[in-house]
Amino acid sequence: MSVRLETRGNSELGTQNSKPAAQPRKHCLDLNDYSAEDIQQVLDTAEAMQEVLARPVKKAPGLRGKMVVNCFYESSTRTRVSFEVAAKNLSADVVNFSAGGSSVEKGESLIDTAKTLVALGANVIIIRHSMAGAAHVVARNAGAAVINAGDGRHAHPSQALLDLYTMRARIGRLRGLKVAIVGDVLHSRVARSNVHGLTRMGAEVILCGPATLLPVNLQLPGMRFEHNLDAIIGDMDVVMPLRIQKERAEGGLIPSLREYRANWGITAQRVARMRGDALIMHPGPMNPGVEIDPEVAVSPRSVIESQVSNGVAIRMALLYLLAGAPM
Amino acid sequence: MTPNTDTAARNGNGPSPTSSKVIMSAEDVRRALTRIAHEITEHNRGVRNLVLVGMRTRGIPLARRLAEKLDELENVQVPVGELDITLYRDDIGMRSVQPLVGSTAIPVDVSGKVIVLVDDVLFTGRSARAALDALIDYGRPKAIQLAVLVDRGHRELPIRPDYVGKNVPTSHDEDVAVLVREIDGADAVEIRAVSSFGFPVSGEEAGQ
Repeated sequence: MSVRLETRGNSELGTQNSKPAAQPRKHCLDLNDYSAEDIQQVLDTAEAMQEVLARPVKKAPGLRGKMVVNCFYESSTRTRVSFEVAAKNLSADVVNFSAGGSSVEKGESLIDTAKTLVALGANVIIIRHSMAGAAHVVARNAGAAVINAGDGRHAHPSQALLDLYTMRARIGRLRGLKVAIVGDVLHSRVARSNVHGLTRMGAEVILCGPATLLPVNLQLPGMRFEHNLDAIIGDMDVVMPLRIQKERAEGGLIPSLREYRANWGITAQRVARMRGDALIMHPGPMNPGVEIDPEVAVSPRSVIESQVSNGVAIRMALLYLLAGAPM
Repeated sequence: MTPNTDTAARNGNGPSPTSSKVIMSAEDVRRALTRIAHEITEHNRGVRNLVLVGMRTRGIPLARRLAEKLDELENVQVPVGELDITLYRDDIGMRSVQPLVGSTAIPVDVSGKVIVLVDDVLFTGRSARAALDALIDYGRPKAIQLAVLVDRGHRELPIRPDYVGKNVPTSHDEDVAVLVREIDGADAVEIRAVSSFGFPVSGEEAGQ
């Protein structure tokens, strides 16, 4: 089929019905290279995708004939399934690849693996890897659009975008919001991407936790550190605890899980001091009873479940916006 | 805002029109919509069971105006939906930038209803084809009819309109611009000679 069809004269399928995207973007690797307009565009596209999810037939043909490969070198439930559902909702073909049982065990390099997947027809590679920068390496070397689904402690842009989307959908804006990210910020790629995305959109981010778990060399306009959660919790629009891994106590970064909960756990008593319209979010998976009490996680101000369902709309938007970019 | 400056803005940084001619005035547009409303009621023997669906962008205000006229004629409020066909286009991934997906809102279950699709210009028939696919994802309408303000010919698919405001013979080098007061500040239909449609990428693609 020829693209010539719509370039002559007037076009029904030209720009009259649909505005062109602001600028073509090949990959989604990290939110620090997304402008406020880029983020806005993803959030607005996700809103249109949410409408597809509300239909009796939750499927649109937008990515028909495109191949999306889920390439996960680390375990994942919600991110991997969410990307798979998103790709299928847009009629793409989805291939799931995990390092275990593949040629990776025979010593194949990341770049060779990615090139193999592209030779097999991959148009989009979604990659999760324990090494920071893995997605960037693939993006530079493979001829496909790359989405970073988490690389080491570095970035997890689709999670941050769905967090931004959830806040905007619930509160109606991002500018001026006060968001506390509580806990193990140092080891969290979710927190890092959220800091970039939220500050870019004009929100104020407070990173709260024990000094051993805060990334003191991360400095951006619009963010600050705070050790005392009780001093700030009454002023927040959003409180987002992060998962505390048991190894952090064993490694000496926190005295004990019990002491952590006493100082930084999102308990029912602390929630009672939050503003009436403030939200509780959690990127998952949770450690109930440590960073968040189980009854808080299911309370009316918790939007943890809508974060998961909004994740599908955000990933549909990312796939749609990236899959059309020529390589 | 005058219609002309807005049309130029819509066309981005493409070549400017070498000439433009008004082929329908605001009065002509009003009369054409009034006649289409009468034809819709006559053809369907009333307007019960009818749903108007406007195709984004300029089909939507046209559908709303048809609904107002049908209310005047038959004293029935016909539901109006908005349809974005972007995800159903047949050229996704063939352009250097993805067009943005707009919102779709169909206020009623379309199953068993007679749908009148409303668009500003009928040209190749490709957006009507995409709209048919999109609508059928919402249910099984009893029938789908097509109303357009301008039919400019050059069909590439077996699609014909049921209601036409004006048939306008055109060449491929011409651009038909429908202006509506809700978006452009005034009603008019203009025909303009342009070397290629003013989309930023069309220049390089035109050689293919």
